[in-house]
Amino acid sequence: MTVPDAFREAAGLVVDLDPRFVGIVALSLRVTLTAVLAAAAIGLPLGALLGISRFPGRSAVIVFVNALMGLPPVVAGLMIFLLLSRSGPLGSWGMLFTPSAMIAAQTLLVLPIVIALTRQTVEDLWGEYREHLASIGLTGLRAVPTLLWDARFALATALLAGFGRASAEVGAVLIVGGNIAGYTRTMTTAIALETSKGDLALALGLGLVLVCLTLFVNAAAYGASRLGARYAG
Amino acid sequence: MRADPSILPLVVEGLGFEADGRALLADVGFTLRRGRPTVVLGPNGAGKSLLLRLCHGLIAPGTGAVRWAADEGVAAGRKRHAMVFQKPVILRRSVRANLDHALSAAGTDSAGRAERTAAALVRFGLTALADAPARRLSGGEQQRLAIARAWALGPEVLFMDEPCANLDPGSTARIESLVSDLASEGVTVVMTTHDLGQARRLAERVLFLDKGRLVEDAPADRFFDAPETPQAAAFLRGDLLW
Repeated sequence: MTVPDAFREAAGLVVDLDPRFVGIVALSLRVTLTAVLAAAAIGLPLGALLGISRFPGRSAVIVFVNALMGLPPVVAGLMIFLLLSRSGPLGSWGMLFTPSAMIAAQTLLVLPIVIALTRQTVEDLWGEYREHLASIGLTGLRAVPTLLWDARFALATALLAGFGRASAEVGAVLIVGGNIAGYTRTMTTAIALETSKGDLALALGLGLVLVCLTLFVNAAAYGASRLGARYAG
Repeated sequence: MRADPSILPLVVEGLGFEADGRALLADVGFTLRRGRPTVVLGPNGAGKSLLLRLCHGLIAPGTGAVRWAADEGVAAGRKRHAMVFQKPVILRRSVRANLDHALSAAGTDSAGRAERTAAALVRFGLTALADAPARRLSGGEQQRLAIARAWALGPEVLFMDEPCANLDPGSTARIESLVSDLASEGVTVVMTTHDLGQARRLAERVLFLDKGRLVEDAPADRFFDAPETPQAAAFLRGDLLW
């Protein structure tokens, strides 16, 4: 197949909403969105807590979390693989090579981003709000909801950054998902496989969707920061 | 509101605070009763802001005590003293939501919040700005909002730390007239200022601090006409105190 043919065929897949193609896109979105939601549920409160608490070893924890932002996806995949493999501590759950395993691996990838960016944002905001919040009786944990809400635009950007990282990675989902057709095959693992097999049309079509997704994420992040600037004054 | 038991008088005794081995405030004592504004005067670094924060309970005293007539300044389940800061802390929300948030933190139910918020918007001339993002307001409007927010909590005592610093003369005049009105309505105001003219216009009583000590505690007229201490006399003349 020539490259122009591949492009034409890829456009056909997108326009006709080819079921195999749509299935892969849908699974990718489901896995990544669920992972981002899980990371948000855990990471936003944890990050906020880290931002307003002071304890011995706090600096070490912050450096560790910041370093984890650069965790290679294949290593995250390997860690979840070891946890879920037959002989691993959670082997009996039978989760390996399922979408749930992929969600767990991507959550592990996104979590450090959410915690680290939330910590930084909330800590800065707390420096500004602290005395007023203490004055009206919101100290310690009681300050967290206010801080998270007032940091909402910056935190939306953090979640979008996490979404971008998870949707673009291939290593983690490949290791724990196994790239099983129709079950755990995502956009990135499909592109890797189809390219090596020579099915350029499917690879290109999926690549097109991924690029559009990246554009959308960046547009949303830009919108959030513009909206944030309106409220931050 | 006046039916609530009073948190005044406030008795401050032997109050001291150290940071890094340096005494920032030492042996400060006075009694605050209900009345017209008390103005805390003194050069930079005299401990004025610190004194307000200690009285308001934001910082724990190093030595001595801050004693309200009611426990911790809480009467009938509500904290009855509030504070307005030099740089107003304005939340990244609408003007209305800023008021609502403080009332919610104080445990006011939603009907009470709506009523107090509406009253504060009208009372402080903020109705037209109610739904604007509060941080887009001008400096004077933001300080007005900060005062409205403190007022909405129904305080008996209002601490104000340099409420007119960084404001233009028009905004300053407006804040001064608000302070005066609040005092007439029975709110006991304790404020710091660098502006001697403002202190003369507003103060009934002056607490003059120098180097962390309460050097003079006098009725305002007496303080400005005939200061008893050389430090106060020098401060009023505009000499630098070292």
